[in-house]
Amino acid sequence: MRDFISKKITALKPSGIRNLFDIANRIPDVISLGVGEPDFDTPWHIREEGIYSLHKGRTFYTANSGLAELRDAISDFMNRKYGLDYDPENEIIVTIGGSEAIDLLFRAVLTAGDEVVYPEPCFVSYAPCILLSDGVPVPIPLSAETEFRLTPERLKAAITPKTKALFISYPNNPTGAIMERSDLEKLVPIILEHDLLVVSDEIYSELSFRERHVSIASLPEMKERTVVINGFSKTYAMTGWRLGYACGPAKIIESMLKIHQFSIMSAPTISQYAAISALKNGDKDIEMMTESYNQRRRYLMEAFHEMGLPCFEPFGAFYTFPDISEFGMTSEEFCTKLLETEKVAVIPGSAFGECGDKHVRISYAYSMEQLKAAMERLDKFIKGLRAAK
Amino acid sequence: MEAKKCEELLHLIEKNSRYTPKDLAAMLGLDVQDVEDEIKRLEREGVICGYHALIDWDKTDDEKISALVELKVTPQRGEGFDKIAEKIYRYPEVESLFLMSGGYDFTVILKKATMKEIANFVSSRLAVIEEVQSTATHVVLVRYKDHGIQFAEAKKDFRMLVTP
Repeated sequence: MRDFISKKITALKPSGIRNLFDIANRIPDVISLGVGEPDFDTPWHIREEGIYSLHKGRTFYTANSGLAELRDAISDFMNRKYGLDYDPENEIIVTIGGSEAIDLLFRAVLTAGDEVVYPEPCFVSYAPCILLSDGVPVPIPLSAETEFRLTPERLKAAITPKTKALFISYPNNPTGAIMERSDLEKLVPIILEHDLLVVSDEIYSELSFRERHVSIASLPEMKERTVVINGFSKTYAMTGWRLGYACGPAKIIESMLKIHQFSIMSAPTISQYAAISALKNGDKDIEMMTESYNQRRRYLMEAFHEMGLPCFEPFGAFYTFPDISEFGMTSEEFCTKLLETEKVAVIPGSAFGECGDKHVRISYAYSMEQLKAAMERLDKFIKGLRAAK
Repeated sequence: MEAKKCEELLHLIEKNSRYTPKDLAAMLGLDVQDVEDEIKRLEREGVICGYHALIDWDKTDDEKISALVELKVTPQRGEGFDKIAEKIYRYPEVESLFLMSGGYDFTVILKKATMKEIANFVSSRLAVIEEVQSTATHVVLVRYKDHGIQFAEAKKDFRMLVTP
């Protein structure tokens, strides 16, 4: 029989965490700090709205771009939070999570050979989505020395005549890094000089612990060349509802909609109704969750400090990215060994790009009890490694 | 300590009074000494009034019941509600006492006791207080949630062990 699989898919590398996932599932009583989603339940008023929509029989497709009422609420949210004005009519599309929006965006804008530059370490889907759209992923390796912020020098060095877009994601998964207004402002002249499209994945925008998140789209001359991707998963603890959105120039959003209407039709209707309540009544929930994340973030930083484990201070998302280079192992070796000896699951930094290999991602989307137990085990593990040297 | 930090500290120990000063200091980004001093101050000033465990008695062999009594009272000239309240809360049988707005005046929550003890306390102690016009006693059938904790379902982590 012929090999039916396309060359493109055959060439695509599987996700770097698959291996660890299999080991973790075989070991009983694992404490995992390896999850990329909130530990909170979706706030009850949001779940209740979803249930109510089912009761009312709202079980049909919605408009391709999403319920008008939801797009209005998104438009209002973007304005209220980030000072951005988007027309709900043609500048917003509701998608199946931020992930679909990323996929749509690349498919809508990339022509074979177009290069997309993006900082690494980063979320696992960017390079595969670029490749699936026949684009060329050009990672910009970053390090803890710049707190994993993209600098103008690094950006400039990565740009070629084929560069079409810059893709950024702050607050960042896996590093927890943020970029503040002054950092973003330094990129603007380069973006303008090279006439780049900017895609900004801001899925963690509400989880920013130093100052309010600034969207690059809100800087002068940027809105017309920026697509902002956001969603409900992290902000409202709604990962399983699969709901996100993209906001940007009408021409790009309409092109994304063209693909979305053929491949998806519309995002889940129940989730869309629930999301309206999230945007309208969820500010208190965000406040509560953010305060809790921030406490745990500080707790982990203090625990690393006591262990003598170097870690730059992350101010966003719910991840820490400590440096494990002193142990002379790859991050995958470190994680496998930690899992096997102390039954703690964390993610190797290399899963998020080669330059992440000196680090591991430790999530704090866990209860204090879990974090404390895991830190005790990690401490023991590290002491063992140091003693063996 | 700034007011906002103090409030955050209170919220934390209100939920879990067993956090050590060291944990609290780490979570709040403060010095251990500052946290200890602040807790002492809050105790001294009566802001923190006690540390209790939350127990689901339904999971034990305990057969006593909880009851809530609504009281309507007539405040006496020059005495107001405080004096009447004192006559009620002095009894060790009283767990909580609230002055209410609305259709009646006091909510009295009684310590867990047998039906007989409760009946006895209401009729021979509460109902006979001079200012009390009427009582209505309600027995708790099931306690689903108390102090923010749901008793019915234990919290379970449904997430996969590892996700990007």
